[in-house]
Amino acid sequence: MSTMIQTNVQVYAVFIKASPEQIWEAITKPEFTSRYFYGSLVDSTFEAGTPYRSWSPDREKLWVDGEVLDSDPPRRLSYTWRALYDEETAAEEPSRVSWEIEPQEGGVSKLTVVHDQLERAPKTAENVAGGWMYILSGMKTLLETGEALSS
Amino acid sequence: MNDDSVFKALADSTRRLLLDRLYERDGRSLTELESDLEMTRFGVMKHLRVLEEAGLVVTRRSGREKLHYLNPVPIRLIHDRWIDKYTERRVSALADLKHKLEETA
Repeated sequence: MSTMIQTNVQVYAVFIKASPEQIWEAITKPEFTSRYFYGSLVDSTFEAGTPYRSWSPDREKLWVDGEVLDSDPPRRLSYTWRALYDEETAAEEPSRVSWEIEPQEGGVSKLTVVHDQLERAPKTAENVAGGWMYILSGMKTLLETGEALSS
Repeated sequence: MNDDSVFKALADSTRRLLLDRLYERDGRSLTELESDLEMTRFGVMKHLRVLEEAGLVVTRRSGREKLHYLNPVPIRLIHDRWIDKYTERRVSALADLKHKLEETA
């Protein structure tokens, strides 16, 4: 099997049978992130210029530290991302995470995550590659069935 | 983006090859992708459109270029929905078979 060469931009997308408002809630409320984002608790006012933080389930450890760059509820959110849960990724420069929510026909929304500015964060790029896929699939399951993925 | 469109998109060797190319290096233009395929530009475009409609490829503009990104989420969803379910039984069936064979040996 060939090795994947990480690029500086990663794009993930999923269609979810939910309104942009419901998806926005799932991104910005800790009671939702705890159910699809490795149990993490998001902590931010989601206003540009304020901190974006994500805590371990017991609130003991800061897992992700960043700053909100752009926020336009319920359509667009962008923040910097420094993953502190791993020594190697914590030592790297911050990268950027952007969520885009576009309503489609039939009560479906298209959710896109772009993780970029990974030029000086190769370990982070490697680390998040499988993670976003798992997170988006988990969020879809949660919003459509009300259940968290078992594994 | 539903299971049918994903299975249909995957049921073609050229389209699977395009996904493999993007897996090796993501974020490529049409020109880059067509360079190692013996196919017209129009043919490659058609295949990329099927992949895009199935959600397996997502495009983003970067300056004047349209770049293609592999989106593995639909494959993950198929995995969660189908593969997990059937492989679990298969694994336990094999374990049973091994047990039986070893008993009679």
